[in-house]
Amino acid sequence: MPFLVLENLHKNFGSVPVLHGIDLAMEAGEMLVIVGASGCGKSTLLRLIAGLEVPSGGRILLDGHDVARLDPAERDIAMVFQNYALYPHMTVFDNMAYGLRIRGLSRPEIQTRVDDAASLLGLSSLLQRKPRQLSGGQRQRVAMGRAIVRNPKLFLFDEPLSNLDAKLRVQMRAEIRRLQRRMGVTSLYVTHDQVEAMTLGDRLLVLHQGRTVQLATPMEVFEHPANTYVAGFIGAPAMNFLPGVLSHQGTAVTLGNGLVLPFADGRRAGDDGRALSIGIRPEHVVLSPEGLPFQIDLVEPLGSETVLIGRLNGSEPFSVKLTSGTPAQEDVLVTIPPAQIHIFDNESGLRLDP
Amino acid sequence: MKGRIDWPAHVVLGFGVLLFLLPIWLVLAGSTLQPDEVARGELSLIPRLSGLDVYARVLIEGSPGTGPVWRMLLVSFCMAMSIAIGKLAISILSAYAIVFFRFPFRMAAFWVIFITLMLPVEVRIIPTFTVMSDMSLINTFPGLTVPLIASATATLLFRQTFLAIPDELFEAARMDGAGPWRFLRDILIPVSATNIAALFVIQFVYGWNQYLWPLLVATDPKLDTIVIGIVKMIGGETQTEWNRVMATAVLALLPPISVVVLMQKWFVKGLTESNK
Repeated sequence: MPFLVLENLHKNFGSVPVLHGIDLAMEAGEMLVIVGASGCGKSTLLRLIAGLEVPSGGRILLDGHDVARLDPAERDIAMVFQNYALYPHMTVFDNMAYGLRIRGLSRPEIQTRVDDAASLLGLSSLLQRKPRQLSGGQRQRVAMGRAIVRNPKLFLFDEPLSNLDAKLRVQMRAEIRRLQRRMGVTSLYVTHDQVEAMTLGDRLLVLHQGRTVQLATPMEVFEHPANTYVAGFIGAPAMNFLPGVLSHQGTAVTLGNGLVLPFADGRRAGDDGRALSIGIRPEHVVLSPEGLPFQIDLVEPLGSETVLIGRLNGSEPFSVKLTSGTPAQEDVLVTIPPAQIHIFDNESGLRLDP
Repeated sequence: MKGRIDWPAHVVLGFGVLLFLLPIWLVLAGSTLQPDEVARGELSLIPRLSGLDVYARVLIEGSPGTGPVWRMLLVSFCMAMSIAIGKLAISILSAYAIVFFRFPFRMAAFWVIFITLMLPVEVRIIPTFTVMSDMSLINTFPGLTVPLIASATATLLFRQTFLAIPDELFEAARMDGAGPWRFLRDILIPVSATNIAALFVIQFVYGWNQYLWPLLVATDPKLDTIVIGIVKMIGGETQTEWNRVMATAVLALLPPISVVVLMQKWFVKGLTESNK
C-alpha cells in the first residue's frame, strides 16, 4: 500500500475547474516535485492535500486513511509556505514551539525537539530573535524548523525558495534535499523552477492546466518528455521545435527544407505525410562545416557555455548551446544528430515512440 | 533644510503653541485665585501658590451643588475605560468574523455596520433613550456606557488591519492546530497590538468627553461625570466659585493627557506603521 494516494482528485472554484482528476501514488520517504507554469493548479493541489482547501471530488489517502474531510491539524502534515508565514511577534523558539504547545507536549519535550531542529538547521544561536531580525535564508530555515519539530507524516513545500536570491537558493536547495533524505519524510514540493524540480525530486509530476501530463523520474522526463509542453518546459534553454512530415515508410522525417532525418530507433506509426513536430535540445545541435544555415541574432555567453539565439533556414526560431567557443561570424551551419531528436505528433503534441 | 533654522516656520509654530496653551494656562492660573477676583474679571497669568489648596478642596468637597470631584473622576474614568475596552472588544470580534469567516449574509452584516456610521448617538438619542428606559437602565452605569460601545469606525479600521494580514499566517496557524479562538488570541491580537493601542487612546478620549448622553441618561448626582460636573458647578443657585470650576477643569484634563502621553509611542506606531 503506497503511503500517499490521490484518487481522481478534483477541484473547482465556483464553476471554474482547476484540477481535472489527479491520480498519484507515493511511497513512504519519497520526494515528489510538482512542477508547472503559474496557474496550472499546482499550489491548489498542495493545499488540497494540506487541508486548506476542500476537494470537489476524489479521495486523499494518507497512510491508509482517507483524510480528505479532516481538518488540517488532524492530518499530521506540515507545510512550508512561500513567504515563510512566521508569526512576527514570536521569537524563533516560539515560532517552532507553537504547534507543539497546541498539541499539548510537555515543556522538556518541546525544548528537546526545538533544540534538535535548531541545531540541525544551524539556528541554535538565533532562538531568541524575532523574525524581522533574521535574513531571508534564516527565515526560510525557521519555517522549515517549524515543520520539522512536528515530526509529521508528510512535508509540503509551496515554492519555499522563490523569495531568496539566486545563490542562497542553490544552497538551500541542497540543504532541503539533504534534510529530506536524512529524515526520510515523504515530501511534496511545488515549484515552477525546473532546476529545483530536476535536482530535488525522486519523481516529477508535470502539471498543465489542471492535468497530470507526465509523472516520472527527472531524467526520464528530460530524456523522454511525454508531449511538446513537457519538452518545452523542462530544459534550459527550451527545446527547439521544427515542423516536419513522416516519410520513407515511417522511418524518417522530412523537414520543411527537404532535409531528411532518419529515425535512429525505429519506425513511427502512421502514413507518410503525417504532420510531426520535431524536438531537438539546443545542447544537442552541432556546429559543422555543412548543414542547415543558422543565422545568429543574439549571443548569450554564460561562462561555462554559450547560448546562440537566431533563426534556422532564415525563418524558424532556433537556439544552440555550445560548451566551448563562440563562432566569430553571424551565419553558421549546424547539423541535427538524428539520434537526439524527439518526435511528437503535430496536432496532439503527444510523443511518438517506435 | 537640514542644519539651518527655518525662522518663519518657527514663528508660526510658536504662535500655534501659544494659541493652544494660553487658555489652559489661564485656567490653571485662574484656579489659584480668589473666587471674587475671578468674578470681577481680574484674571492674572501668574498663579498664586497659596491658592493651590483649592485642588484638595474640590477633590474632597466638590463645589456647592455637586458631589466631590474624586467621584466624578472615578465615574468618568470607569465610563471612558468601559467604552474604550468595550468598543475594542466588540469591533475586534466583529471584524474578525467579517474577515476570517465565511457565513451567509456576511457582507450584509458588514454593510449594516457600515451604515451605522451615519447614525451617531446624537442622531438616535430619543430611540436609544426609550430602549434604555424600557430596559430600566436609566441612572445605571450600564445605561451610561452600553449605548456608546457599538462602534462602526473601529470595526472598519480593524477590518482593514486584518485584511492586510497575509492569509498564510492564518493557514500556518491552522496547520499548527490553532482553532479560531487560539488564532485570535495568540496571533491576531498580538500582531495588531499597535493598532489596538492607537484605537484605545482615541476611544478613551471619546468616552471621556461624552456630554450629551450622560446628561440625559444619568440624573443621579452619584453618576455625574466630570464633564457634567463642571457644567453643574456653573450658574447654580449660589454664586459660581470660578476657582473651583477651573480647578475641576484642570483635573478633568489630566487623565486623557496621561493616557495619550503614556501610550504615545504605541499610538504613533499604530497610526503610521505599515503592516508587516
